[in-house]
Amino acid sequence: MSVSITLTHVIAMAAPYGCAALGGVWSERSGVVNIALEGMLLVSAFASIAGQAATGSAWLGLAAGIGAAGAMGLMHAWLVERAGVADLLSGLGLNLFAMGMTRIGLSALYGSSSNSPSVAGFGLAIEPTVVLGIVAVVVTQWVLRKTVFGLHVRACGEAPNAARSCGVNVTRTRILAVTMGGAIVGIGGAALAFDLRQFQSGMTAGRGFVALALVVVSGWRPGRVAILALVFALLDWLQIAAQEKLGVFGFIVQTLPYVATLVGLAAVRPGRRSFAPKGLGQREDQTDPKLC
Amino acid sequence: MRALTASLVGLCAAWLAFNLVALAYGESPAHLLVILYRGTWGTWYGVGQVIYKATPLILAGLAVSFAMRAGLFNVGVEGQAALSGLGAAATASWLLSAAQNGSHKLHFIAQFAPARWVFILATALTIGCAWAAIPGLLKVRYGAHEVVSTIVMNRIADALMGFALASGLALRGTVRTADVGVHLPRFDALGLSVFRGSAANVALFIALVTVGVVAVVQRRTVVGRELPLVASGPRACVAAGVPIKRRLVQAMLVSGAIASLIPLGAVFGFKGYYELGLGAGAGFTGIAVAILGAGHPLGLVAAAVVLATLEQGGLALNGRVPMEVMDVLKAVVIIVVAWASGALKRTLGSVPPAVAA
Repeated sequence: MSVSITLTHVIAMAAPYGCAALGGVWSERSGVVNIALEGMLLVSAFASIAGQAATGSAWLGLAAGIGAAGAMGLMHAWLVERAGVADLLSGLGLNLFAMGMTRIGLSALYGSSSNSPSVAGFGLAIEPTVVLGIVAVVVTQWVLRKTVFGLHVRACGEAPNAARSCGVNVTRTRILAVTMGGAIVGIGGAALAFDLRQFQSGMTAGRGFVALALVVVSGWRPGRVAILALVFALLDWLQIAAQEKLGVFGFIVQTLPYVATLVGLAAVRPGRRSFAPKGLGQREDQTDPKLC
Repeated sequence: MRALTASLVGLCAAWLAFNLVALAYGESPAHLLVILYRGTWGTWYGVGQVIYKATPLILAGLAVSFAMRAGLFNVGVEGQAALSGLGAAATASWLLSAAQNGSHKLHFIAQFAPARWVFILATALTIGCAWAAIPGLLKVRYGAHEVVSTIVMNRIADALMGFALASGLALRGTVRTADVGVHLPRFDALGLSVFRGSAANVALFIALVTVGVVAVVQRRTVVGRELPLVASGPRACVAAGVPIKRRLVQAMLVSGAIASLIPLGAVFGFKGYYELGLGAGAGFTGIAVAILGAGHPLGLVAAAVVLATLEQGGLALNGRVPMEVMDVLKAVVIIVVAWASGALKRTLGSVPPAVAA
């Protein structure tokens, strides 16, 4: 196997992790905890395959994936900001909802409980989803750092009360940011589905949860998210490659990416520049984040 | 009271959603409801199955709920339970072979079933506690958020189980352990012959006793009383002289210990061995149970029964509407209950914690 093929492969594997984590950064930078990343990935993977299967166009499939995950983001943000549901609970509910709905969709559209029929995908030399993902990293970095909207998003995440007192509409800013994040997660879901050219029930296999960890390890920064996603994908790739050779001990190698994540989590000390947004999980009118 | 109202609102929403789904699939809601009733509470077999499915959910809800009292969100119950289940089954089958082999060192002790139970429970509890302690320690030592670390620990548990099963704990060519040799009697073996055929077993009583014990621990012990203080923030703890780090780790330890009891019913009461994926999902549903139960012992049991009814009902309806519809209903229940309890809190004003507890 040549190095360039391996590299392309690793980058393709990194896209779902990276995009999901990037969506998480958008959401958490605005102050909304988002454990629904897994559900968003799953729904967008399904929507993009269903989109291409229905219309015959991979581009429309991609759009459907982005739209579906964006809608999940909107729902999450609405539930948290307008209906006052605790963000962890809303995320939990949406994950369950995504799991159930994609299975129902599979059986309703394709009469199968495990997988969809194969689609053609883009069939291009370079996967547009990966390119879009890279663009999303750059754009996210730029918007959060250099634009007024990005400043508002960060303000809502750090100090919602202060933001409001300066005339920022916290609710609206958060809803926009989480929806935007959802759309980016959608790119990842589409990348995952088009990589396999079909949808399989539960195919995200915890990638959204890993992304959640990557958000924390990255210190909520888009650039590092991209790098970490690549590192994680590389470990994941090594793990798969090693498993064929190592037999039983392949299972131990399988834990490598996760142990690395744990070590990363432990290594990110609060303080320095890698702290969590201070208003994470905070409503406008309260000072402490509460679970229920 | 507020929790009760919120739960009722949640159930109403689930009922509405159920009707919508039924209509979407071109079935009459009333007809589906009859099938649902027959498959769950309408027959003794159905009741037994609901009890069997509710047992792990009660424990899982309790495990999540205990950690939640300290403000910790233990998403790792799933992994803690799975590893303990495998450990308990492996210990049991190993002791069984020791009992059958006269020259084995532990032959004398292993002959006695109660002695074997001590070893089995000790193994399960140790594994559950250890697996829960890691995220707890990572949190107090390094500030690693427990939601993320417990999720990661679940993934590591998955891989470890694969390793353990593949490297000798499983029977050759399978993903199950050897037979465990000791059993929790099923209800029909206890003379309740109406439950014949259902998997309901005395693990239910283990679960209920645990709920009772935990309720006492929460009300009557220093650790239990101080947990809500830990949840309310470090400043309150410093003011009251509470050792916050120690309490956080203790909360995780107890949560893990409760989680380690989850697989008992399925392994020792139903299958007689541990199999990869046996009882999977209980840990996650336990989060829903904890939320719906709102930390009250009776609330937890009631919530577990409701969700178990949905699970069993999904099986009964399968064929007419997909089983996964029940996942969607669960999601509706969780979100609506969370919304309703928040909305009620805002309109009625919050109750002082002492009264609410």
